[in-house]
This record gives sequence, C-alpha cells and structure tokens, in this order.
Amino acid sequence: MAWFRKKEAPKSPDPGEERTVRTEGQFVKCPKCDALLVKGEIEDNLNVCPRCDHHMRIKAADRLAMTFDEGEWEELDSALVSNDPLNFVDTKGYDKRLEEAQKSTGIMDAVIIGEGRIGGHSSIICSMELSFVGGSLGSVVGEKITRAIERAIEKKLALVIFSASGGARMQEGAISLMQMAKISAALARMDEARLPFISVLTDPTTGGVTASYAMLGDLNIAEPGAQIGFAGPRVIEQTIRQKLPEGFQRAEFLLSHGMLDAVVQRKNIREFIIDSLNFMMRNS
Amino acid sequence: MVERRMAPGDDETMDEIHRRLKESEAANLTADPQPPGVWERVQMARHETRPYTLDYIKLVFTDFHELHGDRRFGEDAAIVAGIARYHDEPCVVLGHQKGRTTRTRQQRNFGMPKPEGYRKALRVMKLAEKFNRPIFTFIDTPGAYPGIDAEERGEAEAIAYNLREMAKLRVPVIVTVTGEGGSGGALAIAVGDVVLMLENAIYSVISPEGCASILWRDRAFAEQAAKALKITAEDLLQFGLIDKIVPEPQGGAHTDHEAMARILDKHLSEALASVKGLGEAERVGRRYDKFRAMGEFSER
Ligand SMILES: [Zn+2]
Repeated sequence: MAWFRKKEAPKSPDPGEERTVRTEGQFVKCPKCDALLVKGEIEDNLNVCPRCDHHMRIKAADRLAMTFDEGEWEELDSALVSNDPLNFVDTKGYDKRLEEAQKSTGIMDAVIIGEGRIGGHSSIICSMELSFVGGSLGSVVGEKITRAIERAIEKKLALVIFSASGGARMQEGAISLMQMAKISAALARMDEARLPFISVLTDPTTGGVTASYAMLGDLNIAEPGAQIGFAGPRVIEQTIRQKLPEGFQRAEFLLSHGMLDAVVQRKNIREFIIDSLNFMMRNS
Repeated sequence: MVERRMAPGDDETMDEIHRRLKESEAANLTADPQPPGVWERVQMARHETRPYTLDYIKLVFTDFHELHGDRRFGEDAAIVAGIARYHDEPCVVLGHQKGRTTRTRQQRNFGMPKPEGYRKALRVMKLAEKFNRPIFTFIDTPGAYPGIDAEERGEAEAIAYNLREMAKLRVPVIVTVTGEGGSGGALAIAVGDVVLMLENAIYSVISPEGCASILWRDRAFAEQAAKALKITAEDLLQFGLIDKIVPEPQGGAHTDHEAMARILDKHLSEALASVKGLGEAERVGRRYDKFRAMGEFSER
C-alpha cells in the first residue's frame, strides 16, 4: 500500500521522487535545512548533510558499494523483468512506466541483489531502488529477494536487506500482495536455518514492505529520520481526522516505541553490520 | 451441525435489515440474472447483510468458545477467535468481524484490526498447533486499521510476523476469503494450505478507492481502479493466488445465509480432507511451494 498524495501534488507521482533539489552546477540544497552544499563534499560525506545530519536518499547501487568489503560484489538475477500481468493502465500504461523507469535508473526493477563479503563474511545484500516506481514490491522484487534468501540458506550466507519503498506495487494487483507472503515464508526457513538477516530501513519504508520482510530481521535498524510505517500519513489523517504528532513514523518514533533495535548513522552502518555478523556467524 | 435457522450476527436484527434492503437499491443486485460486474461484486463483498465470521461460526461450527486478547496489550474485537468443533472435530476458528449497527460497527472498528488483533489471532493459531488441531480462518476486512495507536504498537510488525509464522504452522490451515480481502490486513491471517474465495468476494493489494486516489488522483475513479486491479475470485484463480472459488446462492451470499453456509461447509470439508492426511513436513512444504510459485515475470 503506497501512501496518498494530495490531488494538487505535482506530476511525476512516484513516491520515490528524489527530494533533493538540484541547483545549477556545483551545489546541492539540503532538503531539510536548505543549506547550499558543495556537491563533492556532500558526496564524500555519504550524502548526509554536515549541517543538520539529514540523511538524503541514495541509490541502491551506492548502498552495495558502501557496505561490501572493498566495494566489490557480484550482481545476481539482474535479468528478471515484470511482464505486466494485469495489462494495467491508469493515467499511463504500466508497461510504459516500467520502460521509463528502466531507462532512467539503468536497472530492470526496484531491487539490486549483490553477493560479496562484509567484514569477511560471505553475504548477500538486497538493496531497493526507490526511484524505480517508488521502490515498490512487485513480482520481480519478490522473486529476486526470495531467490536471494534461498541462495543464502543453500550456501549459508548472511542476508542484509536495505529497504526503501512505498509498499506493494499496485500495478501488479494481488500478485504483489502475495510477494509479502512468499518472501516471509522464505525468511521463516532462513530463521529455522539459524542464518543472520539484518534489515536496514531507510527513508522511506512503508506499506507492504514494512509489513513483511523489513520488520522480520534478526535485527531491524534504521537510518536517522527515515520515515517508517504501515499506513501512509495522509490515510491516517483522513481516518482519524486529526493532525499527526511531530516526528510521527520517523525512525526515532519507532525506536521509542520499541519497534527498532537501533537507529544508526549512515557512516556507522557497515561497522554495525560487521559486528553483528561477528556475533551471529562462525568465524570465516 | 447446529440447528439454528437464523444467523443473527452481532446484535442486529436481520429481519429489519432485510426488509429495509428489499426496498432499497441493493435489492437490484439480486434481480439481475447476468453474472455481476466488478463493481457490483465490490458492493456485494461489502454488503451489510453479507454473512460475517460469527455467522459462519454459528452455522457451520458447534461448541464455539471465543478466546480474547493478545496477552501483550489488549483485546481487539475486529478479529474473533476461538476453539470450536467442525463436524465434531476440535479446531480453531477465527476471522475478521464487522458490525451491522452503528454501535457494533464502531465496536468492531469496521473490521479493521490493530496489532493486538493479529497477535491474538497468532496466539490462538499457535494453540491449535500445540494441540494438533486444524485452523479455519475467514477473511473480511477493508484493511488493517490506519491509526496512530496501531502504528505505535507496530501494525507492520504484527502483520509481518504473522506472515512468517503462518508459513511454518504444522497443522492444516484452511482460509476462506468471504468478503473484502483488504491487502496486508487480510493476508496477515490468510497464509494457508488451501485458500478458498467466495464467488462475489474481492481480494486486493489496495482498495479501489485508495488506488484511484493515488494513481488517478481522484477517488471518483474507484470503479475504473477496481477493474484494473483484477480483484475478483476468477482473477485470483487465474493468477494462481487462490485455490478454489466457492459458489454463492443465486443473488449472492447475503440473500440466504443458510444456503451459503451449506455450500461453504461442503468446500471446507473437502479442503480439510485434501491436506489432513499429509505428513506435517509435506503439508508445510506444499504450503511453501504454493506461495513460492506466485509471481509473474520473465527472464530476459
Ligand atoms: Zn541539512
């Protein structure tokens, strides 16, 4: 379930639309504190604002590079594509949406799977790409993550999933919904095999992704300020007819309600994962 | 079988509701001999005299004792759960429950569970597993409750955890989508060995209204969204997402609760018989394979 947007919202309806305002040339404006930041410097800082600590949204591929040892990994199942099973058309055909997303992101669907080492531990990372149809969970994301889990069980690997998603992909209807059950069933097997799964929730992780694998880690951690929830804020506002409290559905809100193990700065996530895997896995 | 002829749900008077409906537009739904269109089905799935979980419990099961609470936070009347007998065999039965009067609708929160509802459901399912009894679940919800308190207590975690744990249950799990299969809030008690769906029920990743307001930016396109989302029992069967369609009496389940219950009873018996004889590992393995196969993609 993705969240609602106002009618008068601008076009380009993906919830994953990049919020960072690109200004001319060398500067990037922080979407939170409006500071003008030098592009190279902010990139060196892992796209975290040095002024206000705002964790900007980053690409799926960058996550893999930041997390694997030496930034080295091998991609798995990159050739899977959705075949538009519903022939879904809203204001635009889903086939067109997919084509455009594939062109603009250079990947075939909303998750990249990589295999490599993290702190020496053989691992698989699933990294979701928010800018691909809102990072939504459809057949391809469901199949790729399920294959990753099954491979991890077979080869005794650790699993890390970086979530960034508006939820299940509406354009694949109930087929998308069932991906939640499919992935969760695979995670049940992984749990029984006593293999580690670390879930990292990044901004935003909502709907069917939160309500399945993102909340099923042995450890569930999040980046500061990440929006995390089941229902979209606008749906909740419409239902209860109240303004939502400040900080509602932010990572810190979930932490204080006991729903996360930790909120971890982007620069410390790799170290957190390595220490956790050292705890969870035999020395390799 | 129970001897009851009437199936009063939740302190409403069925006679009154039926009389009122016969005079209203809803009666037109039953007058058409053609198979209903998608939008008619949406209306039938949501019909206020459609049989709810407690109606089926009264008509198909005996010796029902409701069990309350999640032993963590509270009780949630949007899901009913308990022990009962199905043709004399002890079992667990549970499902979403809607109300029919203003008061009971609110009390049941329109069939929209909070985390404690899902946690109660799982607690009772684990009870069935411990004592090796089959589980029957009935699905009829607009969705999990979207509210501040539900989010605070981990609506997403409650659903996720149920999905994972239901995949592992060692006893037979027979699921029936009876009305609205509203997204994750439905799926959270719908991971089963056999998933049945009533002829005029719907099962969707998002409500037609919700989809319309996101993709068309206008709820008025709900009917179009309902068509596009492919939410009917035929659609789900075609995509391999359910196992079987349960026919409804002429005019729909709401026109004749007893007839509906008799048809459902027959299908529940068959469903249970089809998985009861399997060994635990095989049953759980088949359940895995069934959900594992769901998805439509190509390899380029
Ligand atoms: Zn800033």
